[in-house]
Amino acid sequence: MPSAEPLARTSPKAPGAPPASLTAPVPPEPSPRRRGRPAALSPYAFLVPFFTLFAAFGIFPLLYTAYVSLYRAELQTPGELEWRGLGNYTALFADPFFWTALRNTFTIGVLSTVPQLLMALGLAHVLNYRLRGRTFFRTALLLPYATSVAAASLIFAQLFGHDFGLINRLLDLVGVHPVDWQNGTVASQIAVSSIVVWRWTGYNALIYLAGLQTIPAELYEAAEVDGASRWRQFLHVTLPGLRPTIVFTSVVSTIGATQLFGEPLLFEGSVSGGISHQYQTLGLYMYEQGWGFFHLGRAAAIAWVMFLLIAVLVGANAWLARRRYRKEAGQ
Amino acid sequence: MSATVTARRGGRLTYAVLVCAVLVSAFPLYWTLVAASRSNAELARPLPALLPGPRLLDNFRSVLDEAAIGKALLNSLVVSGSITAGTVLCSTLAGFAFAKLRFRGRGALLAAVVASMMIPPQLGVIPLFMLIVKLHWVNQLQAVVLPGLVSAFGVFFMRQFLVQSLPDELIEAARVDGASHARIFWSIVVPIARPAMAVLGLLTFMTAWNDFFWPIVALSSQEPTVQVALRQLGGGYVHDQSVIMAGTLLGTLPVLLVFGLLGRQIVGGIMQGAVKG
Repeated sequence: MPSAEPLARTSPKAPGAPPASLTAPVPPEPSPRRRGRPAALSPYAFLVPFFTLFAAFGIFPLLYTAYVSLYRAELQTPGELEWRGLGNYTALFADPFFWTALRNTFTIGVLSTVPQLLMALGLAHVLNYRLRGRTFFRTALLLPYATSVAAASLIFAQLFGHDFGLINRLLDLVGVHPVDWQNGTVASQIAVSSIVVWRWTGYNALIYLAGLQTIPAELYEAAEVDGASRWRQFLHVTLPGLRPTIVFTSVVSTIGATQLFGEPLLFEGSVSGGISHQYQTLGLYMYEQGWGFFHLGRAAAIAWVMFLLIAVLVGANAWLARRRYRKEAGQ
Repeated sequence: MSATVTARRGGRLTYAVLVCAVLVSAFPLYWTLVAASRSNAELARPLPALLPGPRLLDNFRSVLDEAAIGKALLNSLVVSGSITAGTVLCSTLAGFAFAKLRFRGRGALLAAVVASMMIPPQLGVIPLFMLIVKLHWVNQLQAVVLPGLVSAFGVFFMRQFLVQSLPDELIEAARVDGASHARIFWSIVVPIARPAMAVLGLLTFMTAWNDFFWPIVALSSQEPTVQVALRQLGGGYVHDQSVIMAGTLLGTLPVLLVFGLLGRQIVGGIMQGAVKG
C-alpha cells in the first residue's frame, strides 16, 4: 500500500476533516510602509513551487483520468482520442475478469487487513510496557516496512515456492502435504496477503503505540486498583482510548488494499495474477489492460471505478465508526 | 504505588512475544542473505542450508551481469536524492507560509492539500503517462523525479512542526529589522525547521527508493531504478533463485543501511506523524 502510506503519518483524526490547528494564531499583517516590498504578494511566492507541481502532477492527472475514461485511447497512439461515451465502462462490466479482480481485491483485502491490524494492536499493547531495549524492538519491527514491495514479493515468492520453498518444507516436516501456493485460489490469496501483513504489521503497531501513549497512565492505575485483569484493562481502557487511531488505520489500510499491485504482480511475475486470474487484483487488472493490452481508456475507467470504490469504503468506514460511537455514548 | 509500576513492566511473556515478532520480521531478510550466498543446487537439497554460504560475491557478480542492477542502484540514488532534496525544500517553503504567513485563500488551499492526501496517486497514472509521452520523457529519470516531488504529506508535516516550534516573536523581530521574507526564511525558518526537515527527508528517501508502480510504467530496463530492475529480475528470465536473491539483497541493502544508522529517527518520525494534527 505504498501510495497511501504518506497518509498514515498525518493524523489519526477523521479523514478529510480540516486539521485542528488551521486556526492557529497568525502574526499581524506587516505594516504597509515596508520599503516598497509587495508584502501582500510575497506569501504566495512560498507556495508557487509546491502548487505548480501539485497542479501538473497531482490534480491534472486525476481529473483527466475521468476524461480519458470516456475515450478510446491506445498505448501505441497516446495522442489520438476517439469518443466512446460510457463504452469503456460497459465493456468493463461485461468482462468476467473484472468481476474476478473485484472479488479478489475484496478477499485479499480482508485477508491482509484484518490480521495485520489485529496483530499490530496486540504488538502495540506489548510494546507499551516498560521494556529493556525498546528502541531495538521498535526498529526491528519496522524492518519489513523498509523493505520494498518488489523485494518483499520476490523473497516471499521463494519462501512459498512449490518444491523448494521453505514453507512447504516446514509443512512437510510436520507431516502436511505441500500446498500449491501458486495455483490454489485460497492458498495463493493467503500467500499474497501474507506479504502485505509482513510489511505493514510493525508499522501499524508503531502508529497504535503512538496512540496508546496518549492514554493517561492513571486510567490503568485506577483499573488496577479496581482489580481489573490485564485483558479487561485492554478491553475497557486501551480500546476506547485508541478508537480514533483504529478508525484511521482501517481507512488507510482499506485504501492500500484497494490498489494492491506490486505483491500480486511479482508473486509469479505475470500481469494476469495467476493462471486463472486467481489472485489478480483491480490494480493489477488496470495495469494489464493499460500496459499489457494497450487499452489506456479502459485502464482509466478501471482507475475511476477504484476511486469510487475507495470513496464508498471510506464513507462506510466513517459511518460505522460514528454509529458505534453514538451507540456507546448512549449507553 | 510500586505494585502498579511493576505491573506495567514487561514480563517474560511480553519479551517472548516481542522476540517472536522480531524473528518473523527479520527472518525473510536473513533468508535472503542465506539464499544469496549459496548456489541454486544447495538451496534445492533435501535439507536446505540455514547459514550463509561462501558464494555471495559470485552471485552479486552474476546479477550485476544479468540484470542492470549496478545502473539501477545509481539511478535510484539520483532519483531518490533529487526527490528528497526537492520535496524537503518545497514542503518547508509551503509549510512555512501555511504556518506563519497570512494571505487570502490560506484555509481553502491547506484544506485542498490535506484532502488530496486521501487520494491514491496510482489513480492518476494514465494521464500522467500520456503527459510524459508527449514530453518525450519516457525512460528518462525526470519522469519519475518531478511527479515524486509532490508531497502533500510533506507540506502538512512541515506546517505542523513550524506552527509549534517557530515563535512568532522571532519573525516579528526580523520584520522590524527590515528583513525580507526570503531572508527570514533562510536565516530563521530553516535553522529552526532542520530537525523536522531531516525526518521528512528520511521518510521521503525511503518512500522514493521503494516506489514501484509509477517507475515501472515510466521507465524500462534501459534506464531502470532498483525496483524496475527487481521487477525484471522477477519477470521470469532469470531462473537462478540465488541470483534473484542476490539482486534483491543488493537493491535492499542501501535502505537497510540508512535504516540501521538512523532507525531511531525514522521510528520517531512515524510515531510523531501519527499523533500530530
